[in-house]
Amino acid sequence: MSPPVPSKILTDDVSLLMVLIDSNPHFWSSIKPHFSFSKFLSHVLAFLNSILLLNQLNQVVVIATGINSCGYVFDSSSGSVSQRAESLLPKLEEFAENDESLSERDDDSGNGVGSSLLSGSLSMALCYIQRVFRSGPLHPQPRIICLHGSPDGPGQYVAIMNSIFSAQRSMVPIDSCVIGIQHSAFLQQASYITGGVYLKPQQLDGLFQYLATVFATDLHSRNFLQLPKPVGVDFRASCFCHKNTIDMGFICSVCLSIFCKHQKKCSTCGSIFGQAQTRDPSASQQRK
Amino acid sequence: MADKQQQVVVKRARHKSSVKDPGTPGVLKLTKDRFTFMPNDPSSPVKHNVEFRTIKGHKFTKDGTKQALLNLTQDQGGNYIFEFENFPDRNVCKDFVASAIALSGEAGRTVPEKSAVPIQDEQLSAAEMERRIKLLQEDSDLQKLHKQFVIGGILSEAEFWATRKKLLEQNYSRRPKQRVALKNDMWSTKPLADGQIFAEKPAVRQAYLNFVPNKMTEKEFWTKYSRAEYLHSTKNVIAAAAEAAEDEELAVFLKQDDMLVNEARKKIRQVDPTLDMEADEGDDYMHLPIQDHGLPRNDNKDVLDSQYEPYRRSFSQHLNQHAAVVLQGRVIDVELGDTRSVAEALARTKHAELAKDASDVYLDKERLERISRMTEIEDLQAPRDPAVAPLSIKDPRDYFDSQQANAFSTLGDTVSGAKQLKCSVSTREAYCSLKECISEIKFQGLTEPTINSEVAFKVLNGLAQNISSNKYHLGRNPNESVLDSLPKITREELLLHWSSIQELLKHFWSSYPITTKYLLTKATKLKDAMSQIYPKLQEIKESVQSDLRHQVSLLVQPMLQALDAAFAHYDADVQNRSARSGERPNGF
Repeated sequence: MSPPVPSKILTDDVSLLMVLIDSNPHFWSSIKPHFSFSKFLSHVLAFLNSILLLNQLNQVVVIATGINSCGYVFDSSSGSVSQRAESLLPKLEEFAENDESLSERDDDSGNGVGSSLLSGSLSMALCYIQRVFRSGPLHPQPRIICLHGSPDGPGQYVAIMNSIFSAQRSMVPIDSCVIGIQHSAFLQQASYITGGVYLKPQQLDGLFQYLATVFATDLHSRNFLQLPKPVGVDFRASCFCHKNTIDMGFICSVCLSIFCKHQKKCSTCGSIFGQAQTRDPSASQQRK
Repeated sequence: MADKQQQVVVKRARHKSSVKDPGTPGVLKLTKDRFTFMPNDPSSPVKHNVEFRTIKGHKFTKDGTKQALLNLTQDQGGNYIFEFENFPDRNVCKDFVASAIALSGEAGRTVPEKSAVPIQDEQLSAAEMERRIKLLQEDSDLQKLHKQFVIGGILSEAEFWATRKKLLEQNYSRRPKQRVALKNDMWSTKPLADGQIFAEKPAVRQAYLNFVPNKMTEKEFWTKYSRAEYLHSTKNVIAAAAEAAEDEELAVFLKQDDMLVNEARKKIRQVDPTLDMEADEGDDYMHLPIQDHGLPRNDNKDVLDSQYEPYRRSFSQHLNQHAAVVLQGRVIDVELGDTRSVAEALARTKHAELAKDASDVYLDKERLERISRMTEIEDLQAPRDPAVAPLSIKDPRDYFDSQQANAFSTLGDTVSGAKQLKCSVSTREAYCSLKECISEIKFQGLTEPTINSEVAFKVLNGLAQNISSNKYHLGRNPNESVLDSLPKITREELLLHWSSIQELLKHFWSSYPITTKYLLTKATKLKDAMSQIYPKLQEIKESVQSDLRHQVSLLVQPMLQALDAAFAHYDADVQNRSARSGERPNGF
């Protein structure tokens, strides 16, 4: 879909930036007194334009994370001429409509801020990056930045961890800029494992400055730039059976799935958990 | 002069009406329900007989200050100040008073029921009290903890010491102090004035006492002794036997020293067979000249008749005995007059030792008991206490469901106190506002300027400070730990809180699952104590300077998390309990 990269020399600092924008309407209405979605968008659009100005060959792709769906809303390399970031606005509006239509069946009253589909947008970003990898030997260096504020949904733990590990494998760093009230354990882990930057800005009306100072740096420059390190990482997991966050649990020794209580059989890989070993090895039938 | 601790404590003390007052000397007697003070001077009007029911609290001066004071305060404002001769005395009384006040203050306080608490009635021997007091005096951190929890009524004495049995036992068996040794003068044949010969050879001493001045003069005694030594030095056992047969007195010097043998036997018996069998160099039988599994063999294989056996003296015996005497040092302090007095003095000390050992039955018994305990075969014994807690099958999901609410709230900062925002807007309205925002930008365009310059400046400063403090403070000096870079007060406070939290959490978690009322009150008390520490930790985090705040929060965060977990568990448990007691009308 994207045009072949011109044969100009790709310098070290050419980057492909995947931006995941949190479009959870519940979250944005709950944070309204502090920070509005429109201000947020103005900061982000200015930032995206700056990235495109840094290098002619930079690419930016924006994915919106809703509560029922995720979708691409901007691709700078589509079309013959590099587009400005403002062209994402109509597509974003469309996306919001679509997302709303998907949620019409649910109940009207919100009980707390739900979580947005971070796992979905991460997966979409990684798929796009894979396509870029396979397009040829010359490609910009990809990285993912999550502008996220909704609380973590423990039900997405497995999917998010899988995305994190595949990002780690492809050497794609995941940066996180958390604009919500609480820290996000998933994003802390994501940035820690993939070698990205995790930041929770103290002042949200200076968001552009944070983005330009910390997140605009390309991967090559990060070798010699000092970027802020997080306070600590929350490594807690969710159990696979109930999706609750747990500190202590049972683990399948075959596939490392986590359970909160003793099971007879692993639901992921199907191994049967045997009884305690007897002295006579020939008598054990249940061990796998 | 304390009897079994629970009954009566009697100490000399001075009663003072105020701290400056010199006080009236007298005797203070403490029993379970009252204390009495009788002055030495019977005409003095200062007599007291007060029940502990009226005493509400007690205060005391710190160990090591000028006066050992104990102040018993009453509800109506009256108080009794007693000064003791030394701090151990005062501490014994203080502990007794603490327990007495606790016992008598049943009406208003949550004290565990006596029937359910066997620990309250433990019989403490005076030695045990001594040990505890000594430990407390030596370790000021332990003393702080003790003061905070036991005196504050959160933990009882027994619970506090229950986890520290090892400390107490270590303290008990102290190594003997060094003593001055004797001169190591083995080869002189002069009868030394300091009685070294008498110390090394008890038979010679005995012989001296017996023979001189009755049978022979001192000069003759020593001549014979020298003759005997000469015969020994020639190693001619047969000649020695021959001369011994002729001269009776000489025989005494030539025969084996029976007293030595007895002493040696006694010493062997005192050796603790339960010492641990760590291998050391002596066990290395690979590298010694290998004869008979490494034991060096004696080369004198000459086999003499049995009649000559008593006259054989081996060099190693002599050496060992000499070494033992040298190390033992000066046993007697007698001004060294003539030889006879020295001999007598030595004899007396030896007798005293013997008498003491014979009467030290208790020590023996204790040793035997310890030995028998350690030589038990563990496999064949039934476990002393039940190794597992009684089974109580609960649904683990109840625990985790309640944890989830806390799981996210324990993470990180609170902005304007709002932990989790509630969205009271319906879905449709939310989407509407979202779309409005988007169209707003579409029509108005981006704001000019995108960002206020002051805000940008602040952000840049904040980021720079954050990064530089991480870079320059962490890891600069490998020997310096984070704690050292904190101001002293903060550091002390943090360490104190840390150790108190450890202690409290240890006791808190050990009291679950709650099966008795005693455990319930204990858990409640501990939880209250922990909730007092919690805001102090928050305060520390906020009060510290901005460049250290990051490290301090790193230190404080795990403490807060541990406390939160404990609180959550407690609350969940209370909820369950109340839910269950709702079902069953007869309650817990």
